[in-house]
Amino acid sequence: MLATARRRLFSAQAARWYGRAARDGRFKTLGRGDVERLRAMAAPETVLATEAVGGSADAAELEGFNVDWLSKYRGSSQLVLRPKTTGEVAEILRYCNSERIAVVPQGGNTGLVGGGVPVHDEVVLSLRNMNKVRGFDEVSGILVCDAGCVLEELDNYVAERGYTMPLDLGAKGSCHIGGNVAANAGGIRFLRYGSLHGSVLGLEAVLADGTVLDNISTLRKDNTGYDLKQLFIGSEGTLGVITGVSVVTPRRPSAVNVAVLGVPSYEGVQRAFRLARARCGEVLSAYEFWDASCMGAVLGHQGLKHPLAGEHPFYVLIETSGSNKAHDDEKLAALLEELLESGVVEDGALAQDESQIRRMWSMREGIPESLGRTGPTYKYDVSIPIPVLYDVVGDIARRLEDAGLYRAGDAARPVRLVCGYGHIGDGNLHLNIVADRFEDRITRVFEPFVYEWVASHRGSISAEHGIGQMKRDYLRYSKSPEMIAYMRRIKDVFDPNHILNPYKVL
Amino acid sequence: MTGLRILVGVKRVIDSAVKVRVNSAQTGVETANVKHSMNPFDEIAVEEALRLREKHGQEAVPEIVALSCGPAKAQETLRTALAMGADRAIHVKTDDALEPLSVAKLFSKVVANEKPNLVILGKQAIDDDANQTGQMLAGLLGWPQATFASKVEVNDGKLQVVREVDGGLETVSAALPAVVTTDLRLNEPRYASLPNIMKAKKKPFQTVTPADLGVEIRARLQTIEVVEPPKRQGGRLVASVDELLDKLRNEAKVL
Repeated sequence: MLATARRRLFSAQAARWYGRAARDGRFKTLGRGDVERLRAMAAPETVLATEAVGGSADAAELEGFNVDWLSKYRGSSQLVLRPKTTGEVAEILRYCNSERIAVVPQGGNTGLVGGGVPVHDEVVLSLRNMNKVRGFDEVSGILVCDAGCVLEELDNYVAERGYTMPLDLGAKGSCHIGGNVAANAGGIRFLRYGSLHGSVLGLEAVLADGTVLDNISTLRKDNTGYDLKQLFIGSEGTLGVITGVSVVTPRRPSAVNVAVLGVPSYEGVQRAFRLARARCGEVLSAYEFWDASCMGAVLGHQGLKHPLAGEHPFYVLIETSGSNKAHDDEKLAALLEELLESGVVEDGALAQDESQIRRMWSMREGIPESLGRTGPTYKYDVSIPIPVLYDVVGDIARRLEDAGLYRAGDAARPVRLVCGYGHIGDGNLHLNIVADRFEDRITRVFEPFVYEWVASHRGSISAEHGIGQMKRDYLRYSKSPEMIAYMRRIKDVFDPNHILNPYKVL
Repeated sequence: MTGLRILVGVKRVIDSAVKVRVNSAQTGVETANVKHSMNPFDEIAVEEALRLREKHGQEAVPEIVALSCGPAKAQETLRTALAMGADRAIHVKTDDALEPLSVAKLFSKVVANEKPNLVILGKQAIDDDANQTGQMLAGLLGWPQATFASKVEVNDGKLQVVREVDGGLETVSAALPAVVTTDLRLNEPRYASLPNIMKAKKKPFQTVTPADLGVEIRARLQTIEVVEPPKRQGGRLVASVDELLDKLRNEAKVL
């Protein structure tokens, strides 16, 4: 059995090192006739076709659809469709399914695992023209909208009515709600408002054969058999194309406090979290941490002033959100005093106004971008039990040191930073390794080691980013063969010809 | 340099990040349940006082006093000043609406009692944008004033201030005592640290009324109406240059 596992492992590594998944010959290569047919299904300005398939678009115009925002994954689609209605989506899929034309649904293209861009020549089905709010109930706070609505615009829309979107993430200015749901995005509100599996009340999805599955319910409670929409949440576009979303939004908190703390050890980060929950549990809305390497990068690249007087091994951002400022202030003040006096934290700063709150958040939210500007960044997004969460960072740094590739502060080595940050409250670590360039001799040091490490602690190899192209070969570290077999059977039910987002997830 | 005693003015205003709305009676802006913070220019004033102390030492700058005039909640703003590092706070408590002249009079009385030799104020508050208090205070006291400071230096009882003016920088100098008002680029204010927030609770906090200071608050201005600026009309896409020309000629009538 070990031998089989090793052989499987080898082939997985080979796939990664020697190139992406090969094109599946069962898919039809797009012809001029197909493009003509598809073009007739939507308004002319919503179609982008290259000259190779009879259109007039420049390859550069398709670049933004073919390449992910990290420029890590590149497909070669010749056709981008941006339908305006669910009916158009259904008609397009019906045709593609009958012709065996592969399709990749795309939202804001802000994914981190290559799930939203074509691998080969799949047709890109962008939801960006489906961007209307369909309705909002000011009593229940339930929002119904098209899948292509940008998260931040939705948040502004509900904010004017006193509500907040239950999720928030760095890419909010570009990402679509449909993509968020398809990827089951997490983010910084997760601690407070939980997963999209809870806040999404209904979905409208188009299946591969053009069937519209209208499950756009606005009911909080609905126990009538299998809850099919849950399958689409986190399906990454492999089961159907989400075209509409119904989501319950919480009341927007009127009193928000943010503090940044300097903590001497990871042990302290955990102790402070326990105390924060004990003292401020009902108003605690975020508990984020990052290490000194992240802080160095973010201050260097964002032009931000250090919030504290000295350096600390770890930093914590704590946020409370409530409806009574005096009440929250008092609780938070008592907590911070206790943390400081007990020595769990060494120092801290409390935001005094909204712009300080925003600056503190931009320290945390600016980390991915700042690391990216430091150098090419290997990103791992893993769930690990909180007590050992940060151990993996040290273990990987040691392996890289042993391989002679890394020494803290040594610019001559190819690996510059090994750092960790993330959502402590959710047991979610973002492990990032910044190197001079992506190189196999570096990758080999921590892949598949990092996945084995996570599996050995019964963690998840993808906490919130999904599987996409990046982690397809590693799915088995988090899912048993039986579970993967049943996932395949579900795929067969919804998309028997496997035209939807091929080469991904499974 | 001996004994630079600094008085800093701080005002509680609607937070700069809040989108202000006109109240339904059109007599002012909505303030209920709206986040308030220290006027950003006043934060810069507090920071500059602290930096002068850090540069010249505790002995040279023995005292930094924060002063705020306004309702009970102005206390929060004074607490922020103390948490940043001011030594003590004076709150002139009043629920009356305060115009710059009233504030300048209250400040001049406090100056008479406290005898500071440098008063640092924000160049204006972001709520009424009056930009008058510092100038009026200098006038009432008969002190020199250096407004819109982007750099402040104090040496041997002399004040040197760089001001940003149209087309360049102007350097002025004055003898102390003097009034300085701060511009945006003077410094970047610090965060209130937890140890300082805790220390701030034990710092002296004095509350007085305008009557205690012998100042009668009188409104000299009457607000007739407050209205929102006209809403921007959304842009329109035109299909061709000819259509654009047609619209510019016949609709906008600018050609």
